[in-house]
Amino acid sequence: MPEILQVQGLETQFRTREGTIHAVNGVSFSLKEGETLGIVGESGCGKSVTVMSMLRLIPSPPGKVVAGKALFQGRDLLTMSDEEIRHIRGAQISMVFQDPMTSFNPVLTIGRQVSEPLEVHMGMNHKEAEDRVAEMLAKVGIPNPKDRLNNYPHQFSGGMRQRVMIAMALVCNPQILIADEPTTALDVTIQAQIVELVKRLRDELGMAIIWITHDLGVIAGLADRMAVMYGGFIIETAPVRDLYAHPTHPYTIGLLGSLPRMDEAGSRRLVSIDGLPPVLLEKPNYCPFAPRCKFAVERCWHENPPLMQVSPDHYTACWVDTETGRERL
Amino acid sequence: MTSSEVLLQVRDLVKYFPIMRGTLIQRQVGAVKAVDGISFDIFRGETLGLVGESGCGKSTAGRSILQLYRPTSGSVLFEGVDLVKLKGEDLRKMRRRMQMIFQDPYASLNPRMTVGQIISEPLIIHGVANGKEAQERAEELLRLVGLNPAYTNRYPHEFSGGQRQRVGVARALALEPAFIVCDEPISALDVSVQAQVVNLLEDLQSQMGLTYLFIAHDLSMVRHISNRIAVMYLGVIVELADRHELYNHPLHPYTQALLSAVPIPDPVIEARRQRIILKGDVPSPINPPSGCRFRTRCPLADTICAEQRPEFREVQSGHWVACHMV
Repeated sequence: MPEILQVQGLETQFRTREGTIHAVNGVSFSLKEGETLGIVGESGCGKSVTVMSMLRLIPSPPGKVVAGKALFQGRDLLTMSDEEIRHIRGAQISMVFQDPMTSFNPVLTIGRQVSEPLEVHMGMNHKEAEDRVAEMLAKVGIPNPKDRLNNYPHQFSGGMRQRVMIAMALVCNPQILIADEPTTALDVTIQAQIVELVKRLRDELGMAIIWITHDLGVIAGLADRMAVMYGGFIIETAPVRDLYAHPTHPYTIGLLGSLPRMDEAGSRRLVSIDGLPPVLLEKPNYCPFAPRCKFAVERCWHENPPLMQVSPDHYTACWVDTETGRERL
Repeated sequence: MTSSEVLLQVRDLVKYFPIMRGTLIQRQVGAVKAVDGISFDIFRGETLGLVGESGCGKSTAGRSILQLYRPTSGSVLFEGVDLVKLKGEDLRKMRRRMQMIFQDPYASLNPRMTVGQIISEPLIIHGVANGKEAQERAEELLRLVGLNPAYTNRYPHEFSGGQRQRVGVARALALEPAFIVCDEPISALDVSVQAQVVNLLEDLQSQMGLTYLFIAHDLSMVRHISNRIAVMYLGVIVELADRHELYNHPLHPYTQALLSAVPIPDPVIEARRQRIILKGDVPSPINPPSGCRFRTRCPLADTICAEQRPEFREVQSGHWVACHMV
């Protein structure tokens, strides 16, 4: 499959009163057509800032993308004109946010909001757009879609609002859907409904997905490939099965070990990662995980490891081979 | 680990919140039936997990047991004393024996008090210790929960979420209670820090013989920490059993759907799993469905489910369920 998105060396900083926050420190990844990439990490690791930077949605000031490229179909999203990126955002690359309550305009009807991208990007008139919206709402499982066009966001439940948000994101048939923690605010049974819906729509419409989450459970059943972020870096990336079966970075190992599993009968003690996530007031010239790492060696404190290949499609940013405990050469 | 001695007996506990209308003359026009008749026992030294989705009444249940909300009806027998009937000084004395750990470590600590003051406040209020003695006890408690005892003069904002939750735990332990209600103690924390707090709670339980009511929506974590699990839906308990029994042989259709909806962090297992996807949303607790609360979303619902409320009965030893179809 050809690649439709290549992000190279992306760096984003925020100026605050305390100093410059180095939120993203040189992130590179690519996305193939129709592929689902999961980006996982804890709060503040830079996963949302990465995709927001890519789409030029970072408020500036205080934020600034200071380096990198984001090539979509060969064209750099970061250097194109505002006019050009507006044609891509919402039409070819669209986004679903975490909180469906705050990302809708409360004083406009659902019909008006969901049809807006069609009128803006596809030049449809109001009537055509409404028909298409009703069709799309039916597709995401909203009962009586024609009647609900005139409803306001508060008249929908959390799960239903997230369905409407997905309909709005997919109404222009985008090639890439970016979902930023779309199920975090929802209950498990509703989360299962939404995940099932996204899987079905992916099979029907064939778009590529970037799914950002902190939940290693949800993404296991959904992604083809995973990227784990820590301290503004991607620290491990691999096909999803490979990553769960053979995690190689100490952080990934710790993260998987710290999760209780519902299918587990014994009561093993949870593996906890000591210490706290880093404060990103400086771009570390050492491994950002070193202060919490059980495997850390001398070199980890002097040199930040780049992503290194460990098996055909599996890359990890660690100086230590965690299987043998020896330093990588 | 678990003795069969009953520490806490909850019987037909009901908590309604009135809905008022009118500006000058207020009258009640309805009620939010947050908890609508729940009964169970908690044994000394065990952890009872209470799970359910948001709005099912699990937090209200926890607070009504501790009398932070006065129940509308029902009884809560703690070591044989009915807390619902207690008032004033008698109730205040009982409060020493039961404490709570709250969900949000940012909202549950007073930002204008030092950590030392926060932890020693219960000691002073209950006249257990004062001055230097209280200070020393606070330091000891900080050490117990894995924080540096020199931190007593710091304020909550100087700590991270996980550390604050440890302060919350230290405050709950100050009066050496027998029973602690943990209301979603880890859901506001990052994944790697959650495990730290859960391990701490488990260690303290085995050291001090504590009894927990662990309220959460995360079924994997509840299975990990609990001995027995109660599942709530819209104000009622639909099933209660030993954790392995509940996971291996769930009887209530809601429990089955809930368990099947929980993602497992393993792509190989996820690819094979068959999910029961429930239709629709949870109905409003202001006007819950007649008969069985779950019937509007239940794949097995029949006419009897709309007519009669299913009895919460013991179908096997220690396995309770409220369903007409079981």
